[in-house]
Amino acid sequence: MKDISIKELQNKTTEMRMKVIDMIYKAQSGHPGGALSAAEFMTACYFKFMNIDPKNPRWEDRDRMVLSKGHVCPIQYACLASVGYFPVEELDTLRKEGSKLQGHPSMIKCPGIDISTGSLGQGLACAVGMALAGKMDKKDYKVFCVIGDGEAQEGEIWEAANTAHKYKLDNLIAFIDVNNLQLDGTTDEVMPNGDLGEKFKAFGWDPIYLDGNDMEQVVAAIDKCYAEMNGNPKVLIGSTVKGKGVSFMENQCGWHGVAPNTEQYEQAMEELKAQMIG
Amino acid sequence: MSELKKIATRQGFGEEIVELGKENPDILVLDIDIGKSCKTTAFKKELPDQYLNVGIAEQNGAGVAAGLATCGKIPFVVTYAAFGSMRICEMIRQEICYTNLNVKIACSHGGFTPANDGASHQAIEDMGILRTIPNMTVIMPADYNSARKLVREAGENYGPMYLRFTRDAVEQIYGPDVEFKIGKAHQIQDGKDIALIANGDTVILAIKAAKILAEEGISARVLDMHTIKPLDVEAVTACINDIGKIITIEDHNILNGLGSAVCEVAAEMGKGIVKRIGVQDKFGESAPYERLLAMNGITVENIVETAKKLQ
Repeated sequence: MKDISIKELQNKTTEMRMKVIDMIYKAQSGHPGGALSAAEFMTACYFKFMNIDPKNPRWEDRDRMVLSKGHVCPIQYACLASVGYFPVEELDTLRKEGSKLQGHPSMIKCPGIDISTGSLGQGLACAVGMALAGKMDKKDYKVFCVIGDGEAQEGEIWEAANTAHKYKLDNLIAFIDVNNLQLDGTTDEVMPNGDLGEKFKAFGWDPIYLDGNDMEQVVAAIDKCYAEMNGNPKVLIGSTVKGKGVSFMENQCGWHGVAPNTEQYEQAMEELKAQMIG
Repeated sequence: MSELKKIATRQGFGEEIVELGKENPDILVLDIDIGKSCKTTAFKKELPDQYLNVGIAEQNGAGVAAGLATCGKIPFVVTYAAFGSMRICEMIRQEICYTNLNVKIACSHGGFTPANDGASHQAIEDMGILRTIPNMTVIMPADYNSARKLVREAGENYGPMYLRFTRDAVEQIYGPDVEFKIGKAHQIQDGKDIALIANGDTVILAIKAAKILAEEGISARVLDMHTIKPLDVEAVTACINDIGKIITIEDHNILNGLGSAVCEVAAEMGKGIVKRIGVQDKFGESAPYERLLAMNGITVENIVETAKKLQ
C-alpha cells in the first residue's frame, strides 16, 4: 500500500479522466461514460492499494485486477500507463491496428491485464478463480473486480458470488459501479437490480455502500475490506455518476459508447482541468 | 482384443487424472456436480486439496478455471459433453481460448453414449463447435487405455483442450503400452484399397469392418484420428495420395466434425473421394446406444457396404 493523500488521489483521478477523454477522442471510438464513473475506484486501486510491479507484470504474488466491465478499459489503460506498465504515449494507440490497447482488454497483448474481458458477466468468476488460487497457495494477494450495475443482470455473476462464499474468499473485493445506466436506458427501465447490497449479502458477502465518486469514501471502504479478513468476500456498492466530471456526459445514457467531437473534447478537457485541486 | 471386458473411456479419465494429480499438485479437478457420473470420485477422495466443486454452474466453472489457470493451475473442468461444449461455449472462447490458458474441458457422455437420456444429453455437435475456436485442441479417445494416454498427454502439454469420453462401456482396443500423441493419428493397420478414418467409440466399428473387408479381398488402412484439431494433415494426405478413397466414421454430426475436417484436406488437395459416416444432422432420442448409431448408418455393415461401392 502506498502512502498517498486523498487530495493527491483526487488529482490523479482527474488526470486519469483526462487521459480517458483524450484516448477516446483520438480513437474516435470507445466508452467514456462507464470509464468516468469508475475512475475513483480504479485510481485508488492502482495508485494506493495494489501491490504490483509494473516491470514484472506476471509476478505471482501481485494483487490482481479484473475489469469485468471490459468496455471501460480506457480507465484501466490510463492507470496502467501512469504507473509504468508501458509508455504513456502508447495511450494514443487505443483501438488501433497493432496496439496493445484493444477495444476490450486482452491479457495476451497488454501487460498489466490479468485476464481478458469484454463479454459481460464473466469477470467475477475469473476473479474467484484467482482468489481461490491465492487461498490454495497460501498467498496473501488481493483480487479486485469491477462490475457494472447493468452487468449484474448476468446470471454468471451470481454463480460466481455463490462460489466466492463457499470458498471463503475474503481476499476478493468487488466494486459494483452503480451508475444506474446501461446501453438501452436506465437499469430501472431495462431490468431493475433492486438492492444489490442485499442481494450480495444473501449470497454471503459483506456489502459496503458508498458514494463511488467520493475518494475519501472509496479509500475508507477498501481499508475496511483489508481490515475484515473474516472469511466473507467483500462487495462495494458504489453509487456513481455515469460520465462523471464532464457536465454534458453526466447521467446521459447516450454517452455509453460514443466518442466526443473536437468541440466536445475541448470543453471536456477544460472542465476536467478546472477540477484539479491546487 | 474383444475378449477383454468393455470399459467406458470416462473410467480411463477418472483413473489417469488421479495419477496425474499425484505427480503434479497444480493439476486440479473442477467438478460441476456430476463428478460421480464423470468418475472423479477417486480424485476427490485421494487429492481433496486439489479438488473443487462449483455446483450446477457451468459458466462460472469455466471462468473460475480460467482464473485458476492465470495463477499457474491446470484445472480439468469436468462435466457432460453437451454442457461442457455448448452451455459454456462463449466462456470457453472468451476466457480460455482467447486467453490461451491451460484449461482442460474433460467431458463424459460424448456422442450418442448417453443413449436413453435422450437428445438433451447426447452431444452430437460439440467437437465441431469447439474445433472452430482458435487455440483449442479437440480429442476423443477410442478406448480405456488410449483415454488414459491422452489424458496424460493433455495434462502434460500446455493449452486449452477439449476431451470427450463415452458414458457407455466400449470394447478395449489397445494394450497398456501403446503410445499416443496429441495431433498424431494412430494407425491400427495398413491397407491399399480403402482408408477408414474413425475416432472415439467408432474406431472399433472401423476395425471390425476392416476385418470383414479383408475376408472379401479388400485391404483397409485404419486410422484412429483421436485428435480432430489439430488434425494430422500428413496422415490424411498420405491416405489420399496412397489410396485416394476415404471413409470417415464418427459418433458426431457429419457437419464440422472428423468427416468435415478430412474433407477440408481433400478439397484443398483437389483429389480423393471422402464418404462420411456419422450422425445425419438430426437429433437423437431415448433408445439403446447401438440403435441410435444404426438409425444413422453408423454400423459395421454400412462401413463395409460403403467401402465396397468405392471399389
